[in-house]
Amino acid sequence: MVTGVFDLVVVGAGPAGLAGAGTAGELGLRVALLDMAEHVGGQFYRQPAAGLGAARPEALHHDWDAFVALRKRLAAGRVEHLGRHHVWAVERGADGDWAVHAVVGDDGGDGRPVRVRARAVLLAAGAYERQLPFPGWTLPGVVGAGGAQAMLKGGLVLPGKRVVVAGSGPLLLAVASSLASAGAEVPAVIEASGYLGYARHPRALAVNPRKLAEGLTHGAALLRHRIALRTRSAVTEAHGSERVEAVTVSRLDARWRPVPGSGRRIACDALAVGHGLVPGIELGTTLGCGTRTTADNTLALHLGSGQETSVRGVWGAGEVGGVAGAQLACIEGELAARSIAARLGRDPGPEGRVRQLSSRRTRLRTFAEAMAATHAPGPGWTGWLCDDTEVCRCEEVTAGRVREAVADQGARDARTVKLFTRAGMGWCQGRMCGAAVSCLAGDGQPPAQRRPLAVPLTLGALAGQGPEDASEPSQSQT
Amino acid sequence: MARTPGELAGARPGPAFEITVDGRAVSALPGQTVAAALWAAGVLTWRTTRGGGRPRGVFCGIGQCFDCLVTVNGVANRRACLVAVGPGDEVRTQEGEGRGELAV
Repeated sequence: MVTGVFDLVVVGAGPAGLAGAGTAGELGLRVALLDMAEHVGGQFYRQPAAGLGAARPEALHHDWDAFVALRKRLAAGRVEHLGRHHVWAVERGADGDWAVHAVVGDDGGDGRPVRVRARAVLLAAGAYERQLPFPGWTLPGVVGAGGAQAMLKGGLVLPGKRVVVAGSGPLLLAVASSLASAGAEVPAVIEASGYLGYARHPRALAVNPRKLAEGLTHGAALLRHRIALRTRSAVTEAHGSERVEAVTVSRLDARWRPVPGSGRRIACDALAVGHGLVPGIELGTTLGCGTRTTADNTLALHLGSGQETSVRGVWGAGEVGGVAGAQLACIEGELAARSIAARLGRDPGPEGRVRQLSSRRTRLRTFAEAMAATHAPGPGWTGWLCDDTEVCRCEEVTAGRVREAVADQGARDARTVKLFTRAGMGWCQGRMCGAAVSCLAGDGQPPAQRRPLAVPLTLGALAGQGPEDASEPSQSQT
Repeated sequence: MARTPGELAGARPGPAFEITVDGRAVSALPGQTVAAALWAAGVLTWRTTRGGGRPRGVFCGIGQCFDCLVTVNGVANRRACLVAVGPGDEVRTQEGEGRGELAV
């Protein structure tokens, strides 16, 4: 039952949202916590479904204790968790409060529209994986690295027996070690950048010893599972007919151009691939929240010292402010909650705590920027595309068609390419092809993150949301 | 060292039940998504694309890419990576946008 106006709606129940909701609850705020999944945890702490009876869910995770602590804090406060709620828009209400619109169900398919009202909104929607296409990437058995991890954590299943892990970014090491622990053979991790890039940011490393320790843990896991790590290399083609049977791994130069003649085949029956993460910020951009460009060319919400966006009354925490990991997400969630409490006239807690959290945040943000710079895709990656490589998976638009729009039809940016070719116009609304299309269009801009409807919505659900409930002080659903 | 994900997580699942996939009986576990049940049964694809008719299944695994759309109990365009399976569910390969039955 959801009634009345909440003090705070938190969108997303990952580490940032949990820390935000838990802290706000402790500070006496009435909080609604909305998330698309049934259980809290987000992608990072995704757990096996209850029916699977997992006695050791922590075996699939790093830092499970932190999650247990977050859950405890949630239970202690006045937090209403609304699982299976897919938020499609946040709208400013007439009285200066906010209406958060959602559809309900495993995939939002129950069609039941829900509106939750609140005096403040905390966006903690997390991130999704950045993909760069290559020949064969639509073959069955090629999955997102984060996707393989999610299917393992949530469903206890693997995409294959022999899984190559490729792309760029620290997630790859975690994915490889999880897959191997769960019984997959992982012949190699293929990282397009090098880890030496971190050495260019000595200060970021020096003030974050825990991050170094995490790196060593991953390194040890790779050794234990006999996983080869190849840097400055990429999967430049996946081969197979019914499903992936092998991949070609090529060396890359400093700009990520594949070195001709360097290709070597690795046999596998699955490939888990991803090139870092993209902040999920569309709920914020639709409200007009200002953005910044991160070191790896993604858009993130511009956040102030109290985690507030440029739109008064809307806060952000975790990956929406730039991908930085669970540890920072927790800090930012708590900082946001304290800032929101203060705005709503409550006691935000000890000043010393805020100072301490702020300084940790600065330190971890420094590391995140170094990480983003180290693993940022180089411009040469488009060199591994063939003209018949699909770039937009939804609309089946090839690289050749996009190049034609640029070279022959004069498209100079991703939006014009989209209008000419439909790339980015499909179901996923450019989430999968956005980075690629921007590169091919040559506009040098990060892909736009404007999606007025953040999740698919039936006309029935839209029609069921009559204007009259907007003015209702209490809106209920079971 | 664990040989399966279930071993690693110490899983003792509830009783398995049957679903059908394009008419074929497949065993599924309670709580699994459609996608997880199909992966466990060795099935990787359950949609063909609208243009080229090419096979697709899970890609992003978190409900963002819509590659895994499938027809469940006659309803098209369900995201297999999000929708939980239930006993007796009829899962069908989705052709194109899954509205073939509307064609005149």
